[in-house]
Amino acid sequence: MTDAAYDALVVGAGHNGLTCAAYLARSGRKVLVLEAGERPGGLAATREFADGFRVSAAAHLLNMLSPEVAKDLALERQGLAYAARNLKTVVLPGDGRQLAIDGDRLEGASASDQAAFTVFQRQMQRFAKVLNRFCMRPFPRLTERRGRDNWLLAKLAWDVRTLGKANMRELLRIGAINIHDVAEEKFDSPLLKAALGMDAVLGSHMGPRSPNTVYAYLHRHLNDGGQGPALVRGGMGALGDAFAAAAEAAGATIRYGARISSIDLTDCRTAGVTLADGSAIAAPVVASNADLKSTFRLVGPLNLDAGFVRRVHNFRARGVTAKLHLALDGLPEFPGLDPADAGSRLLAATTMDGIEGAFNHAKYGECSPLPVMEISIPSVHDASLAPPGKHVLSAVAQYAPYALKAGWQAGREPFMRSCLERLEAIAPGIGEQVTAAELLTPPDLEAEFGLRGGHWHHGEIALDQALFTRPIPGANHYATPVPGLYLCGASAHPGGGLLGLAGRNAAKTILAGEAAS
Amino acid sequence: MTPHDDRMLLDTPFGSRVQAACELREWEPWKGYASPIAYEDMELEYFAVRNATGVFDLTPMTKYRIGGPDAAAFLNRLMTRDVGKIRPGRVGYAVWCNDAGMVLDDGTLFHLSRGDYRLCAQERCLDWLLTSALGLDLTIVDETAEVAALAVQGPTSCAALRAMGLEGLEALRPFGLRHYPFDGGELMVSRTGFTGDLGYEVWVAPAHAEALWDALFAAGRNHLIRPMGNAALELARIEAGFIQAGVDFVPAEQVVRHGRARSPFELGLDWLVDFDKGHFTGRGALLRERAEGSRFRFLRLDVEGNKPASESFILNKRGETVGHATSAAWCPSAKRNVALASLEMPWGRPEDELYAEIYTSRELRWTRVEARCRIIDGPIWDPPRRRQTPAPNF
Amino acid sequence: MKRMRQYDAIVIGAGHNGLCNAAYLAKAGLDVLVLERNPHIGGASVSRELYPGWTYSNCSYVCSLLRPEISRDLELAKHGLQVVPYHGGVTFTRDGDYFGNYPDAERLYREMARHSLRDANAYERFEADVTKQTRLIRQFLLATPPDPTSVKPKDLKGLIELASAFTGMGEEGLLDSVRFWTMSIGDFLDEYFESDVIKAHLSGSGVIGTALGVYSPGTAYVLLHHYMGEVDGNVGAWGFARGGMGAVANALANSLRACGGEIICDADVHRVIVERGRAAGVALADGTEYRAKLVVSNLDPKRTFLKCFDASDLPAAVVEQARNFKIRGSSGKLNIALDGLPTFNGLSPGSPLMLTDMHCTDSLERMERAYDDWKAGTWSKDPYVDMLIPTTVDPTMAPPGKHMMTVFVQYCPPTLADGPWTPEARDAFGQTVIDQLAEHSPNFKDLILDCEVRTPHELEDEVGLTEGNIFHGELTFDQLLFNRPFPGCAQYRGPLRGFYLCGSGTHPGGGVMAAPGANAAREILADLKRPDLTPPSYPND
Repeated sequence: MTDAAYDALVVGAGHNGLTCAAYLARSGRKVLVLEAGERPGGLAATREFADGFRVSAAAHLLNMLSPEVAKDLALERQGLAYAARNLKTVVLPGDGRQLAIDGDRLEGASASDQAAFTVFQRQMQRFAKVLNRFCMRPFPRLTERRGRDNWLLAKLAWDVRTLGKANMRELLRIGAINIHDVAEEKFDSPLLKAALGMDAVLGSHMGPRSPNTVYAYLHRHLNDGGQGPALVRGGMGALGDAFAAAAEAAGATIRYGARISSIDLTDCRTAGVTLADGSAIAAPVVASNADLKSTFRLVGPLNLDAGFVRRVHNFRARGVTAKLHLALDGLPEFPGLDPADAGSRLLAATTMDGIEGAFNHAKYGECSPLPVMEISIPSVHDASLAPPGKHVLSAVAQYAPYALKAGWQAGREPFMRSCLERLEAIAPGIGEQVTAAELLTPPDLEAEFGLRGGHWHHGEIALDQALFTRPIPGANHYATPVPGLYLCGASAHPGGGLLGLAGRNAAKTILAGEAAS
Repeated sequence: MTPHDDRMLLDTPFGSRVQAACELREWEPWKGYASPIAYEDMELEYFAVRNATGVFDLTPMTKYRIGGPDAAAFLNRLMTRDVGKIRPGRVGYAVWCNDAGMVLDDGTLFHLSRGDYRLCAQERCLDWLLTSALGLDLTIVDETAEVAALAVQGPTSCAALRAMGLEGLEALRPFGLRHYPFDGGELMVSRTGFTGDLGYEVWVAPAHAEALWDALFAAGRNHLIRPMGNAALELARIEAGFIQAGVDFVPAEQVVRHGRARSPFELGLDWLVDFDKGHFTGRGALLRERAEGSRFRFLRLDVEGNKPASESFILNKRGETVGHATSAAWCPSAKRNVALASLEMPWGRPEDELYAEIYTSRELRWTRVEARCRIIDGPIWDPPRRRQTPAPNF
Repeated sequence: MKRMRQYDAIVIGAGHNGLCNAAYLAKAGLDVLVLERNPHIGGASVSRELYPGWTYSNCSYVCSLLRPEISRDLELAKHGLQVVPYHGGVTFTRDGDYFGNYPDAERLYREMARHSLRDANAYERFEADVTKQTRLIRQFLLATPPDPTSVKPKDLKGLIELASAFTGMGEEGLLDSVRFWTMSIGDFLDEYFESDVIKAHLSGSGVIGTALGVYSPGTAYVLLHHYMGEVDGNVGAWGFARGGMGAVANALANSLRACGGEIICDADVHRVIVERGRAAGVALADGTEYRAKLVVSNLDPKRTFLKCFDASDLPAAVVEQARNFKIRGSSGKLNIALDGLPTFNGLSPGSPLMLTDMHCTDSLERMERAYDDWKAGTWSKDPYVDMLIPTTVDPTMAPPGKHMMTVFVQYCPPTLADGPWTPEARDAFGQTVIDQLAEHSPNFKDLILDCEVRTPHELEDEVGLTEGNIFHGELTFDQLLFNRPFPGCAQYRGPLRGFYLCGSGTHPGGGVMAAPGANAAREILADLKRPDLTPPSYPND
């Protein structure tokens, strides 16, 4: 490496950037993480949206975190603690019925659904395990194979073969289709099907009938081992803090308030970055945790091939997910729900068709008048989040398209109202309990977190933007066309969710690249 | 809404004159325009270019006006050569590549005035220009239909144009351009062409096209001026050793079969690639190619005998196919039987014995000959007048 | 019970694939019988005079996918098939204009530029990119898909061939292929075009016959399915079968008979006879039994396994797979006898566009909303139509000066949300379509002499297509290649010995292709250890 002060710079202190920094630092590299904001974690953030009320700003439940990353970074030693684990999922259609999923146990479903669900869960776990193998390392090149690529491909093929004939056939059959058809084949309960549908579309510009949603479902369950999600004590910001502590413990430096205005090149190679204040920091390697479009905007089109810029331009990153935060002066009542379950993961959805109907509007740049929601009241498990006796409600609400035809100026209030109406339907009287409310729309997420398009996963996780095609040909192996510049965020394989694998794989690629050159 | 256009073929702004002059009525479509293959006699037309003046209607060439704050940077990133070296008032020949370093097209770039450019090319390339413009601040206007143009080529071309009133034209250096008032409008003259001879291209708004044709032919009568069609131009360009998109290479974005595109190195255009100027599209791929070697070599061959090696396979000493001719013609002025050929590496080294497999039919009897080829090093046809400034006044 | 003589092979259904399959078996010297439920042959490749003097291609209506290798090999020209090509199409817009997809490249360029100069220039790239994918798929049409879970040399060889076709496109080409095969046609078109009407015009092929919307991933492949055919070597071209699509089936039947095969109509197969775990013949609804060493079904997989078998004769898993097979009717059809040639807004009667596919949907949003109606269990209130007037080319289908119009309509559900189809609902559906066409053709309504309206209900009832699905099953990834119709049954062999599938529910799927019939014949002949008589693919040059 050169005589620059740092061996590598990481753009953005999201969990993937910090993971990448930690692995690089552990290998003895001098690493500086540059974060525009004042806190680590990126989308793993806790925000105080009303006096004394704190909530996870974006993702609010943890179910994807890679155990390997958690172990390598010793996140629990760095302060990661759970307020609750293995949360139940309860579907609340708003008519008094309910269905709960607790691991592979169903409450409120027929025996035949229970039997089918057990089989389904087991099979999906096997598929997730295989998929996980594809996610644990950079994807091998397929035609221009070099080094270990042949061996890796053979190993992956073997992993798929070990599923056995029946499972392999089933994976090949359903891998590219929609959750709607699979759920219809297997289950009767509309609420169970709605729950599966929600798992497959959260964060995505897709409805349950969109082909690819089975893949999205598998992606979501990549690492949960069939368990329900966990709630991080102190909100997701605490997870960000743990990642930051891990990176620092490994020897990386993190600088906050450092907004990058450009990634700089010398002789068409990465040379460092320039900050908004005009100061330049030199390093031969830059790993970007920023999304694809933001990253290459920092490089500038003149430093890139035109076809590559077109691919960046065509990358689909249309956010449809909004985040609703409510400060409540008491615990809301959900008719039919055991108050002890109020801290569960609650799904406001009735049927798959209902979710699909909500999605229809997003296709035309409209908000869903009857939104679907994933709701959490974390203060049930974590008293630090709200003043005594009060509660905070966090809901992921869909669909709220980034490019709203009517514009978000006009659209914000109506969508907020639609969300509250939906909540009122499942928790009558909740409106009276609201003392403060906040809606983070995709444009808000863009402004707040620098995500172009406001997409939670940095870009749609559809099969044409997943696995070895993610994010785009030419940048699909963490390395980019610019020597020394790497992607280490959710734009890269395996994509969004609080996984840490993109950061880990990027670090491995960087270290392997050094070894090769 | 723009009205429908039910015409099958368009006429250029010179249409009335071209039609009147085109005695053979042999037309071929060129980008939707009717274009004469020959007016009267292809041989006379070709020799007009080499001996007097031939006039070719090149209006269907695609023309784009490029301007705005990022125009120069845009062009420099688009093209493989250093566009910064083409000063205002000058014209440059250039190629541009896709990300894989494969040639999309070649053309001439006119630096009209500081930051104001016109790109003139055989193929339409607006799609690629707009792609290359993503994220940049510039304007690109397709002015193919807004600019009519004549190529005025041959030893007496300068004299003919001067007789038309273009004073001082002889001082214009090759690849220079000048503006003249004309017919209440303006003419732009560039010392450029596709014939490898002394020659000019004259650019004018469509409203003045007929006046230009009339004035040019009136002034050129004593300089033995004559209109020329595609066939004569094709012969002249092969003799000049120029390549043509769609003939000598397939524009990379039209390629369907993997591996059929060609890089600038594989077209013998190494001299147009400048790795020192900073980034341009295809740079990474071309650097790799330079390090790892090209797949093909482009050669100009002198083929034994006088039968053109059109569509011929090129064979090695053992009779194995090692390439093919992309263009070929007996060249009457150079007195050489020229073939432009693409050969697989490593063939085409100075020591290689190469043969062109030529089929000819005489009264329905086909014969096949394997004609020895010699690599032409240096120009095929390069009369001093092509470069002389002041231009000779024949 | 009437016992008939023993045959070597019985083919259930005289659709084009059944006839093709039977023709190859007969050619190999087998004693073959084809049984057809209807009084006429053809299945969905049929010409019918339902109004005196007028011939309707009342199911499939144009021809492109028919494999030229088969057409030539079975001498279909000699047996009466003539295909006259047409090129291009037109989409009428709500503002009274239209987009003309002219056959002449430069005219098309100018027409596209009228809507968007950018799009006119992007079209060449679009065409090149789609052609790359077309070349990829075409080499596998006349081949049996390999089983990816098998380690048999034949399957491994097939898998290697499949993989090398992809890797032969280069790393970037391969990635682009994967993207193409998994994308929605809407997203794919968005990467090239900006004009709504141009995108809408090109998107139709991505959804025709499919219960998916233009923004459903996987529809770019469906576009390919409509682009991979050819007429006389012009890949992607479509043509009119002179005399209607029945000409295809009739030529195949003539070829079959010339090889000694036999066809019996009005023979409704009720059940496949299974003895000692193998197919032994079929029983008709009237009790007649025909015996054979092997039985081949041209019916769709659902109808085959769920209606023609005793469930106890089949492995439970296969019954389950058949039940889960996706075969959603999504389209309807109007066949109209016209008193004269209708005029369309802005289009001159002599325009070459009159000979081509005509559409009335001018934006992707309208395309997608039409699909939303289907999802909601109703026919599209603003449907997508693919309309042709074959009599502008074919003089045999209507009296001189009169015309016949075929209108393919999408979307139309197999059952309505509020119950089954009724004659009233069917007529209301027809009226929706007629009203839409009349918006663009002022004299259209006055010219109508007769109109046959077919919903998926009629297609199932009369033709036997389950749920009225024209492709015998959705063209989605769970049902393509080695997944078609379902894993384990994708090599034309059924789940019991002596039973085979040869219909569009097998690879390479629907469309009047005849490839499934020929591919099935190849496997049958292999099982019988007889020489393969089916033609190899023309080389992919």
